[in-house]
Amino acid sequence: MSLISTILRRLVLLVFVVAGVAVITFTISHLIPGDPAQLIAGDKASAETLAHVRQELGLDKPVTQQFVIYVKQLLSGDLGQSLRTRRPVAGDIALFLPATLELGIAALVTAIMIGVPLGVLSAIYKDGPVDQAARVVSVAGISMPVFWFGLALILLFYVKIPILPGSGRITLGIAAPPRITGFFLVDSLVAGDLKAFWSSLYHLILPAFVLAFANLGIITRQIRASMLDVLQEDYVRTARANGLSRSAVILRHALPNALIPSVTLLGLAFGDLLYGAVLTETIFAWPGMGSYVVSSIQTLDFPAIMGFTIVASLGYVLINLAVDLSYMVLDPQIRELG
Amino acid sequence: MTEPSGDVLLEITDLSLEFRTYRGPIKALNGVSLNVRAGEIVGIVGESGCGKSVTMMAATRLLPKGSAHITGGGIRLFGNDPMTLSERELQHVRGRLVSTIFQEPMNALNPTRRIGEQIVEVIRRHQRLDNAAATSKASGLLRDMLISEPERIMQAYPFELSGGMRQRVLIAMAFSCEPKLIIADEPTTALDVTVQALILGLIKHKAMSTGTAVVFISHDMAVVSQLCDRLYVLYAGRVAEAGTTASVLAAPAHPYTRALIRCLPGLAPPKQPLEQIPGTLPDLLDPPAGCLFRARCREANDRCVSVPPLAAMEPARRAACWRRIEETQAA
Repeated sequence: MSLISTILRRLVLLVFVVAGVAVITFTISHLIPGDPAQLIAGDKASAETLAHVRQELGLDKPVTQQFVIYVKQLLSGDLGQSLRTRRPVAGDIALFLPATLELGIAALVTAIMIGVPLGVLSAIYKDGPVDQAARVVSVAGISMPVFWFGLALILLFYVKIPILPGSGRITLGIAAPPRITGFFLVDSLVAGDLKAFWSSLYHLILPAFVLAFANLGIITRQIRASMLDVLQEDYVRTARANGLSRSAVILRHALPNALIPSVTLLGLAFGDLLYGAVLTETIFAWPGMGSYVVSSIQTLDFPAIMGFTIVASLGYVLINLAVDLSYMVLDPQIRELG
Repeated sequence: MTEPSGDVLLEITDLSLEFRTYRGPIKALNGVSLNVRAGEIVGIVGESGCGKSVTMMAATRLLPKGSAHITGGGIRLFGNDPMTLSERELQHVRGRLVSTIFQEPMNALNPTRRIGEQIVEVIRRHQRLDNAAATSKASGLLRDMLISEPERIMQAYPFELSGGMRQRVLIAMAFSCEPKLIIADEPTTALDVTVQALILGLIKHKAMSTGTAVVFISHDMAVVSQLCDRLYVLYAGRVAEAGTTASVLAAPAHPYTRALIRCLPGLAPPKQPLEQIPGTLPDLLDPPAGCLFRARCREANDRCVSVPPLAAMEPARRAACWRRIEETQAA
């Protein structure tokens, strides 16, 4: 199975997944009690105003017809208009999503950069001081709530020892870089604006670390467990029996094989990170999807909620595709035999 | 560290070793002595759990360091005690001076790397060759293993090859840095009978043409007797008998050796039913006193409650059995 045919096959599947999600979100949005027209028109609106709003939103049409209209819109990339912001939902998501992705990716990279080496060291020096320390860090990361740890770090590094910013994406007074990808780090580099780059990076540190810390433990433990398995393998003994250096045995023979079972977890962790970003964004006043979705739910903004759900499920499918593709990169048996 | 000198490559003297487990120490070796000289092929025979592999893995320090503890005796590998070598010196010894072919070719190669990369990595670790020279050397080694298209095999991943093919790759890898000694630990046990003879032949031919000494570990008396100049019969972590293959086969001294030979269709006296050895290996967590084979031995008597020494019987022949010692003294 070649790489390209796998990607194509999965993209075809993607259409079905999105269709399924569209049906489910549409159904749920019509089952949930609450009348969006009432919310928009207000409590004291007259029956006429209410009817007018209904008509404007298309809520007076039969449900089946509403669904057909909804699907037609979806196919043209139109996620409808937000009842709350009165802007197209697709535009809102495009505005807020990059901030969340930037935070999520930064957190994932941080979690991998710390978690993988820590897991490897824990396995090599099993039950030694490093392993014990890693165990404490892992348990702390998994059990400490994000909102508590986030606030604690803000208190420590923003209030008591003010060395890091505690809110926002960029220092007030520094202009956000011209929008290309919506990732401040990328856009500022493209614009050659180093001042904006450093400021964005600086603002990322605390929220990314808080978010990474929650997933660090799982990654560390998983890498440790699969490294311990792999270090028992005959081919590791072969490598040692042939006098290869310790670093070659660990980095070239053990680690690549230990990564294969860990990739699934990294995919799941990234999903979790985006999920956890909602809380983290609230604490650090990060202008991302999290706050947008929370507000949408509070105001029963159905088009926004449905749009977000579709984009999120699309994201999950793409992450899974990325996981499967990385299997193909890491494991020749999957690459050559499919 | 000193370079190999003299004739004796490996000398193990009265080696005792135990594995510390939660249930208590398992006394895997109880005073094993053996030596290997340059260029000879030495067999180590015995049933599973008798300490064959443990002895040789102790010599190359491949045993798990947490649980395996040497409790007596010593090892000289190329004149050095492997236990006192630094990690770097040990890496030089492994691969360059002594290399090992293991039992399970299916798992002994890294599944995520191409065959060629793995052989070239070992060659370049120990020899000053550039990538092209190492690659052509690797392909020559594979050709020596009667692999007709080495370039294609080197591009393959382990899962694309049969067990016999993988074992040939591992043999080529073991010989790649021209070691003085090769330890072949049951190299054909996991393979089809049809390829066993081929693999054994390849090892023997390559060893003889390069003057490499081989320690051949097997539970199969028939295999060992075809290949080896000398053999050691191990039982429960002790040497039961040692001598040249011809003399041991012609007149086995130890009752255990006799029983092993009578178990084999090819080596047993004709027109007699094949034997099996009653009982099992003693519990090495709590070994009985005296000769460890006593409980399974037909010839056991009162003297066997004390441990028999490995006594010289005739030139180049030793056995640890009170009966034989008595007979020798009487003669």
